Amino acid sequence: MSTNGQTVTAALPVYTKKDFESGVDPRWCPGCGDYSIINQIQKTLPSVGVKRENIVFVSGIGCSSRFPYYMNNYGMHTLHGRAPSFASGLKVSRPELQVWIMTGDGDALAIGGNHFIHAMRRNLDMKLVMFNNRIYGLTKGQVSPTSELHKKTKSTPDGSPDYPFNPPLLALGAGATFVARAIDVEGVHMGGVLKAAAEHKGSTFVEVFQNCPVFNDGAYTFITEKANKAEAQLRMEQGKPLLFGKDNKKGIRIDHQRGELEVVVLGENGVTEKDILVHDATREDPTIAFMLAGLADKAGFPTPIGVFRNVQKPTCEEMTWEMIDAAKAKPGAGQLTKLLAGNDTWTIK
Amino acid sequence: MSTQTAKHKVEQVETVTIRFVGDSGDGMQLTGTEFTKANALAGNDLATFPDYPAEIRAPAGSLFGVSGFQLSFGANEVLTPGDQPDVLVAMNPAALKTNLADLRHGGMLIVNAGAFTESNLEKANYKSNPLEDPALQSNYRVVLVDMNKLTEAALEGTGLSSKEVARCKNFFALGLMYWLYSRPIDPQLASIKRKFAKKPEFAEANAKVFMAGHVFGETSELFHERYQVPASKLAPGTYRNVTGNFATALGFATVAQLTGRTVFLGSYPITPATEILQEMAKFKEYGVVTYQAEDEIAGIGSAIGAAFGGALACTSTSGPGLALKSEMMGLAVITELPLVIVDVQRGGPSTGMPTKTEQADLLQALFGRHGESPMPVIAAQSAADCFWAAIEAMKIATKWMTPVLLLTDGYLANGSEPFRVPSPDELPKLTVKYQTEKNYANGTQYMPYLRDAKLIRPWAIPGTAGLEHRVGGLEKDALSGMVSYDGNNHEKMVLTRAQKVRNVVEDVPDVEVFGEKRGELLLVSWGGTFGSVRGAAEALQAAGKKVSHVHLRWLNPLPKNLGEVLGSFKKVFVPEVNGGQLAFYLRGMYPGVDPLQYNRINGKPIKIHDLVAKVSEAL
Repeated sequence: MSTNGQTVTAALPVYTKKDFESGVDPRWCPGCGDYSIINQIQKTLPSVGVKRENIVFVSGIGCSSRFPYYMNNYGMHTLHGRAPSFASGLKVSRPELQVWIMTGDGDALAIGGNHFIHAMRRNLDMKLVMFNNRIYGLTKGQVSPTSELHKKTKSTPDGSPDYPFNPPLLALGAGATFVARAIDVEGVHMGGVLKAAAEHKGSTFVEVFQNCPVFNDGAYTFITEKANKAEAQLRMEQGKPLLFGKDNKKGIRIDHQRGELEVVVLGENGVTEKDILVHDATREDPTIAFMLAGLADKAGFPTPIGVFRNVQKPTCEEMTWEMIDAAKAKPGAGQLTKLLAGNDTWTIK
Repeated sequence: MSTQTAKHKVEQVETVTIRFVGDSGDGMQLTGTEFTKANALAGNDLATFPDYPAEIRAPAGSLFGVSGFQLSFGANEVLTPGDQPDVLVAMNPAALKTNLADLRHGGMLIVNAGAFTESNLEKANYKSNPLEDPALQSNYRVVLVDMNKLTEAALEGTGLSSKEVARCKNFFALGLMYWLYSRPIDPQLASIKRKFAKKPEFAEANAKVFMAGHVFGETSELFHERYQVPASKLAPGTYRNVTGNFATALGFATVAQLTGRTVFLGSYPITPATEILQEMAKFKEYGVVTYQAEDEIAGIGSAIGAAFGGALACTSTSGPGLALKSEMMGLAVITELPLVIVDVQRGGPSTGMPTKTEQADLLQALFGRHGESPMPVIAAQSAADCFWAAIEAMKIATKWMTPVLLLTDGYLANGSEPFRVPSPDELPKLTVKYQTEKNYANGTQYMPYLRDAKLIRPWAIPGTAGLEHRVGGLEKDALSGMVSYDGNNHEKMVLTRAQKVRNVVEDVPDVEVFGEKRGELLLVSWGGTFGSVRGAAEALQAAGKKVSHVHLRWLNPLPKNLGEVLGSFKKVFVPEVNGGQLAFYLRGMYPGVDPLQYNRINGKPIKIHDLVAKVSEAL
C-alpha cells in the first residue's frame, strides 16, 4: 500500500476523523476560525500513515493552544511561547514520533520568537501550525506581532507604532524547509496544505489566516470576500504558472531588469502564459520563495496561499542519532565498567 | 642522579597545600591539574581549588587577570584544598601581590624573578620591587628563580618563537615541584607526549623545560631539603581524579547504563555548569543524548518534552539560568514528570561573580517558583559525591514522578578529588517502568492522574496505544487529568502534590551525627562546605570541645530525625557561603531552633581555621 510515494505499513488501523476527537468539546467562541483548523487536521490525519499513538500535539498558551485537549492523541499544553522547546526535546529523543506544534501569532512570534526561529533553523522534523488572527485573543484584544502598523487596540489606543512580522518571510529567513500559508475559510485548500505538511520531513511552518470574530473580526475579508477573492488570492500550485484574477487572466512574472516580481495581464503588451513564473516550491535556493512571501506586504499584489517552499535536507534528529549510533558501534562501546573507570586510574591496595 | 640526591635531606610531611598563581595565559590551571595527577598517582588523598577570573585573557600582568590553582594533598584524609598555602608559586608581580597575604607565615615562596620587570611591577601597582623588601625574606622562605631566562636557555636553538618559548615556563615550575616533592618524572613526560601528540615540537619543548625545572631543583643549591608525602590510607580500590562537573555527568551516564534508557540532557552553556553539557556530549555511546538549546528556558523545556517522551531527562545550569527556568519548573511540578535540574551555584545576584563559588541559591531552589510548587532538593557534598548525588536525584525523580533539584556549586564543580571507582554491584538498583495498560474501570480506561498508595501517578509515554492523554500547565482533574477549574479539585491537587513530595522522606536517610549525640554545639552544614565544616569539627573535637556535626544532603524533605538532633544540643551553629539561608530555613521549619551563624560571601570556600575560631568564640 502506498500513498503519495510513502510506504504505509499494512498494520496501520484504518482511521476516521472521529478517531482523532478526544470527546472534549472545544471551547472556542462561536464563529472562531480554530474550528475550521481542527476540523481539517482531524480530517487529514487518517490519511498520513502514522499510528494515532505516535502523534503528539504540543502547544503553548492562547486560544490556539487549547488544541491538544480536543485531540485524541498524546498532547502537551505547555507554556506561553515555549512549545517548540518541548517539541524539540521530544523529537530529538523520540524521532519516530510525529510531532505537531499548534500555536498562535502572539505565542510563536512574540514571547516565543526565539524558540520559533531556532526550531526552524535546526530542521527538526516538526510541523508548526501558526493560527494568525493578528490579535491577542485570550488576553482580550491587544496588538500582536502580526498586527498592522497603526492598528488601534486596547493596548494601542492611538495606533500601534510597531511594524508587523511577515511570518513566512521570517520562517524562510530562519531556514524552514517547508513554508506554507492557508486560510481558515478555505477548508479544502487548507486540508491539502496540512497533508503536504504532514508528509514533509523537516521544519515545517504553516501559517493559517484565522478570523477572530470577537477581537479582530474581518481581519482577512480583504482576501476572503467572494467579490474580491479572485483578485486578492494567489494560489501557488506546484508546477503550475502563478495565475490569478477573474478567469486567471493575471499572472506573476519576474521583472529581470529590476529583480522583482510584477503583475502582468495575459494578452496585454504581448504577455502570454509562457512569461508567467511557474511555481516550484522545491527550489533549493529560497530567493523566489522570499519574493513570493514578500508579496503580501506589497500594494497591488495578491496574497499568496499554498506552499512557498518544500525542500529536503537531513534533519537535526537524524544527524543526532547517526552520531549516537556511530558512537555505539565502536568496539567496546557502552560498557559500564569502562565508563566508570575511564582512562586515568590508579590502584590502592 | 642518586648521588646528587643524597645531598638533600628528604623530610616527611603529612599534608601540603600548594598554590600556583600567574597570568590567565600562564597555564596555571594546566600546571595545577598535572601536579594534581602526580599526587593522585602517588596515592595521596587530595582536594583542589581552581580560582580564575571571568575574563578569558585579561591584559597580561594585570591584577585582575591573575589565575590560580590550589591543591592540598596528604597522607591522611584531605577534606578541603587547604586554608593557607604552604608553598606559593608566583609567576609575576601581580600574582604575588594578590596572593601573598594568603601564604602561611614561614611558608615557601617560589617566585619567577624574571617577570619582575619595571613594567610588570607598574601593572601590579608596586612602587618598588617587593623582592627587595627585607620583610619578605624574614616572613617567608623565598626562592627566587628567573624562570623566564632558564626557560629560554633550555629552549635555545629549538627554533621556537620567543612567544612560544615564554608559554613553556609553567612546565619549569612544574618540574621544580616534581623535584621538591620527590615525584617520579616518567609519567609526566609520558603525559606531555600524549597532551601534545599533534604538535611534537611543543611536546619536546615542554619536556625539556620540565626537565630543566627538575634539574634546577637538584643543582641550584637554593633548596636544603626535599619533601615526601606518603601515600594516604584511602580505602583499597581503583581511583580516578574527578571534578564535580565531570562526576555529575558521569553519574547521569551511569543512570543510562543502569536502566538501559536514554538519558537526555537539554542545556545551555553557563559558567560554572557548562562542563556538565560538554562531558555528557562525550557519553553518546552510553545512551546519553545531549541537546544544546537556544537558551535556558528551552534547555529545561526540551528536557520536559523528552521526559514526556519517556527519556530520563535532566538540565544543567547556574543561578541566573535557574531563575529563567523557574516557570518551566512549575510546569514540571504540575505535569508530574520526572526531571533533574542541576544548579551549579555561583556568586550572585545577577551575573555577580560567575567564576566564584557561593551557596546562595538554596532559597531559590526551595521556593523560587510561582504557586504552591514543592520539589525535592538535594545537594552534593564534594566533587566525587556529585556522581552519587546525580544518580540519587534521577532515582528519586523517576520513582516519584517529580522534578528534583540537585545543588552543587562552583567550588565542587571545578575542584577535584580522588573518586573510588565503584564496581557495578555497588551501584543502586534502578528500574524505570512505563505504564502500558489501561488502569481504570476494569482496564477499559487510562487515568493519567490515578495515583498509587504513595500518591505517585503512572508514566505512560507516546507510542503506547490506548493510553493517549494530555498533560499541561492548566490544573488537572484529580483522576482524568482533564482541565479543571474546580476550586476544590485545585485545593486537593495542591495538597496531594505537596504530600507526595513529603512522602519522599521514606527515601531520605536519617542524618548521622559526627561526634557526640548531644552536647554543647552542633555544626549544621549542607552542600559544598562539607569538607571545611567536617575539618573544623575534627579540629574542635581534637581540642576537647563538645562540638558535633551533621551534614544535610537532603534539603527537601528534611531528614525525619533532624528536629530531634537539633534539639539535643545547647547551640546550633550554621556556617554557610551565603547570607544565612539554611539558618533562616531551619528557624522556619523547627520553631524554637535559632542557629548561630557564620557567613562568608567572598567567592571562596570557608576556611577551617576561621570557622574553628568562630565556633570557639561561640562556645
